[in-house]
Amino acid sequence: MESNELVPVSNFCIYHKIEFSFIASLQQYGLVDITTIEQEDYFSEVQLDAVEKFVRLHYELDINLEGIEAIAHLLDKMKHIQARNTRLQNRLSRYENETGDY
Amino acid sequence: MAFIDYYEALGISKNASPDDIKKAYRKLARKHHPDLNPNDKEAHKKFQQINEANEVLSDPDKKKKYDQYGKDWQHADQFEQAKQQSGRSQHSYAGGQGGAGFEEDDFSSFFSSMFGDGGGRGRQAKYKGQDYNAELKLGLRDAYTTQQQTLTVNGKNVRITIPAGVENGQVIKLKGYGAPGVNGGPAGDLYITFIINTDAKMKRTGNDLFMDTEIDLYAAVLGGETTIETMSGKLKLKINPGTQNGTQVRLKSKGFPVYKKEGQFGDLYVIFTVKLPVNLTEQQKELFNQLAALNK
Repeated sequence: MESNELVPVSNFCIYHKIEFSFIASLQQYGLVDITTIEQEDYFSEVQLDAVEKFVRLHYELDINLEGIEAIAHLLDKMKHIQARNTRLQNRLSRYENETGDY
Repeated sequence: MAFIDYYEALGISKNASPDDIKKAYRKLARKHHPDLNPNDKEAHKKFQQINEANEVLSDPDKKKKYDQYGKDWQHADQFEQAKQQSGRSQHSYAGGQGGAGFEEDDFSSFFSSMFGDGGGRGRQAKYKGQDYNAELKLGLRDAYTTQQQTLTVNGKNVRITIPAGVENGQVIKLKGYGAPGVNGGPAGDLYITFIINTDAKMKRTGNDLFMDTEIDLYAAVLGGETTIETMSGKLKLKINPGTQNGTQVRLKSKGFPVYKKEGQFGDLYVIFTVKLPVNLTEQQKELFNQLAALNK
């Protein structure tokens, strides 16, 4: 699945042995942005990881689209909280180090 | 790796029906799936185990052998042959608890012997390989510039570029550098967590840097100049007359580079620490006394 910028949806579906309708549903739920160029549908390479994850959630774990939407939202939230937590820990360690100097 | 009791892994009894096995697997897979537990090593390990358990218990032929020989399943055919040759038939093995005896691996050797050669009947689900996690330690000064580093992960050399400004605890993902997939599934990913060591002179908060610099009493009172060592080189700094101890001076864009934003930097905060003179000579004492008298 290598592409410089855009991934053709048809290639993606063949590679993963999935129906195009699944990707179309992801688009309806706002989980992937599809671009159509000369009647061929594409999504950007930056979305590839996420779309592959949605495929796994649906086909391996039988999670429906409503579930995938909720999971995507919560994972995104979790990622932000983890990043914030890291930033705060780094700030805290600065003060802890200073306290240790005295 | 220690023997895995597949029934225990799925939380089912030995009498569980194929439907029970499927249900138990689905329930646990949803709980421990790597996509739902990013950066959670325990969940990944658990997922591999339940995956392995499902692959065995959902196949009637493998299940039968597992039930009969337990941890010695891989030698089932040899046992059968021996039984036929010796005429003994009582020697059976209960599945379940058991000791080690398998090779050190993330999977039990059961799994590799059964699925490593692509054997087995029926449809086998493809699964993404296990994700690997690694830590990379860098000094604060290393993180200031973009670095090229080569890591060895499971015998494979991985060359990575670490952009300047990477933060302590930040994780980057290298797609496809994890364990190979199961049954032709995609390889897992490699997650690298950066550990940025603290620096004796500089403290970092986000993209801003903080440093203490000592100035003598005379420069603090009368004003003057001092030279400081920033990350990008030496810098002359003006000291205003009457500078108090703890005064903070902000040097715009002299801090840490902003991650993946070329040419953008945080600020550098220089905190002045006024060093009081000690071991005064008689003459100095006299002059300080005069100053003190003037302030009365």
